[in-house]
Amino acid sequence: MTPVAATAPRTRRSYADIAIGTAVLAVLLFPLYWMVNTALQPGSGMAELAWFPRTLDLGNFARAWESQGANLVTSMLVALGAVAVCLAVATPAAYALARFRPPGARAVVFATLITQMVPGIVVANAIYNAYVDLDLVNSYLGLILADASLGIPFTIILLRAFMVSIPGEVVEAAMVDGAGRLRVLIGVVLPMSRNALITGGLFTFLFAWSDFLFALTLNTTDDVKPVTLGIYEYIGAHVGDWGAVMAVATLSSIPAAVLLVVAQKYVAAGISAGSGK
Amino acid sequence: MTTTAPTAPAAPPRERSRERAAASRAARRRRVLAQWLFIAPAVLYMLAFFGYPLVRNVAMSFQDYTFATYFTGEAPFNGLANWRAVLADELFGASLWHTLVFTVGSLAGQFTIGMALALFFSRRFPLSGAMRSLLLLPWLIPMVVSGTVWRRVLDEETGVANALLGTGIPWLSSPDLALVSVILVNVWIGIPFNMVILYGGLQEIPTEVREAAKLDGAGPVRTFFGVVLPLLRPVVTVVLVLGFMSTVKILDLILALTNGGPANATETLGTFTYQLSFLRLDFGQGAVVGNVLILISMVFAVIYLRANRDGFTEGR
Repeated sequence: MTPVAATAPRTRRSYADIAIGTAVLAVLLFPLYWMVNTALQPGSGMAELAWFPRTLDLGNFARAWESQGANLVTSMLVALGAVAVCLAVATPAAYALARFRPPGARAVVFATLITQMVPGIVVANAIYNAYVDLDLVNSYLGLILADASLGIPFTIILLRAFMVSIPGEVVEAAMVDGAGRLRVLIGVVLPMSRNALITGGLFTFLFAWSDFLFALTLNTTDDVKPVTLGIYEYIGAHVGDWGAVMAVATLSSIPAAVLLVVAQKYVAAGISAGSGK
Repeated sequence: MTTTAPTAPAAPPRERSRERAAASRAARRRRVLAQWLFIAPAVLYMLAFFGYPLVRNVAMSFQDYTFATYFTGEAPFNGLANWRAVLADELFGASLWHTLVFTVGSLAGQFTIGMALALFFSRRFPLSGAMRSLLLLPWLIPMVVSGTVWRRVLDEETGVANALLGTGIPWLSSPDLALVSVILVNVWIGIPFNMVILYGGLQEIPTEVREAAKLDGAGPVRTFFGVVLPLLRPVVTVVLVLGFMSTVKILDLILALTNGGPANATETLGTFTYQLSFLRLDFGQGAVVGNVLILISMVFAVIYLRANRDGFTEGR
């Protein structure tokens, strides 16, 4: 008798919570639903749009791919390049800052934190002019290097926080066995830091994929055009074809959605790391 | 490499120990050097992409960039001319004001709703974990994409917002409303970040603390303001300061939603810098506005670092 009496209100309470939660989700995710809904229907005026797509019409996606497919590929290449550069630069630094703490290490950690306050447009202002001199405007390399800078401070802080927690004995044991610093990093520390590395890589990918500012300012021709820039020009030129615009928007949201499903725990870890907690 | 101590043959014991000390100093220096090799690439990178722009922007703000600079590469120094021109520009004052309203409005909205959701999800009902992750989506998709979608949703005549509400509100096309609408969209983008961090903070408060307050007869409201919020203060500071620093410089969202219009109603320091530098090609004046933006961020960076001092500089 008693257990039933005790659980009944609790389950009723959780039903109420689930209902409220669903309502919150419905309201907050509605714009994204509407994006997909518009993308799947042929007409795009409010009068022609149904609340649910009745048939699966992929015409918008076909037009979207035709005009933005190449830009999506560009985004992918640039984002992957930025991840590679970021991890290559950030990992050894994080390791040394966590493990060796040479004189000056504190100042570096400090400076890494401070970089968060430098506005992107200020960076773009100076980097554009430097790129003109270095002939890096309108180049993949230039954009990849700039986009990697979005992830490097974050990844250093994240990896360092993780590597500090690796017990010193593990590293020392490997050192005693005669392994050099680099070999210890690659053979012992990196495998142990897998999760942190994945989180840093995922977030750098997202930062670079979402980048608009550097794409806009460091490119003056159509040579290197990521999809964020493509969509911006698209809404300028094709305001009539909202169905295709929403299809492009849907396609450019896919990485975020995939990461959320595939790498849920890493994403949550990354956000907390970003706040320095 | 250090110069070794004088090498007299048959050195007296004291000399030898000094020699050994010098050798160990050299070894130590070599070790530190090797350790710094790990850090050097990152430091150089950050100097190039964060340090150099800071310095270069200060210099640029005293230089005259014209269309000709594009070809000659020459931008002569022109004293305070850029600063005078920008400060005299009506748009500067307007942008500063819009930036302030946008930032404060966004943070207030994001934080309040984020906190409410964090408290709600702390009840840990079935499916709450999955719901929390789904709510992250608005924060993870590119800002330009969010801006584009909302531009469609808020369209005065054909947007779904007015259709749902049964209204004909000129969300983005009225100069009086545009800034409010832009804030609304940015609140939507920022809720997930606030929610996740605050939720994390709430989990670290022992349940006994809340239960004790309850036993003392405090209601949920008093428990929240009297017990939970004070304990959460460090987390709240971090959320607000990080939120401030990322909001004050926002550019993508505004360009996608309104392009700074209508009638400059949503022009902020970020979009103004972009306009001056990359549309008018007056990098000198753009640098002036950029410097003001940095100055504002710097004040908050100080607050941030003070709030975080223990967490970061100690080897935690």
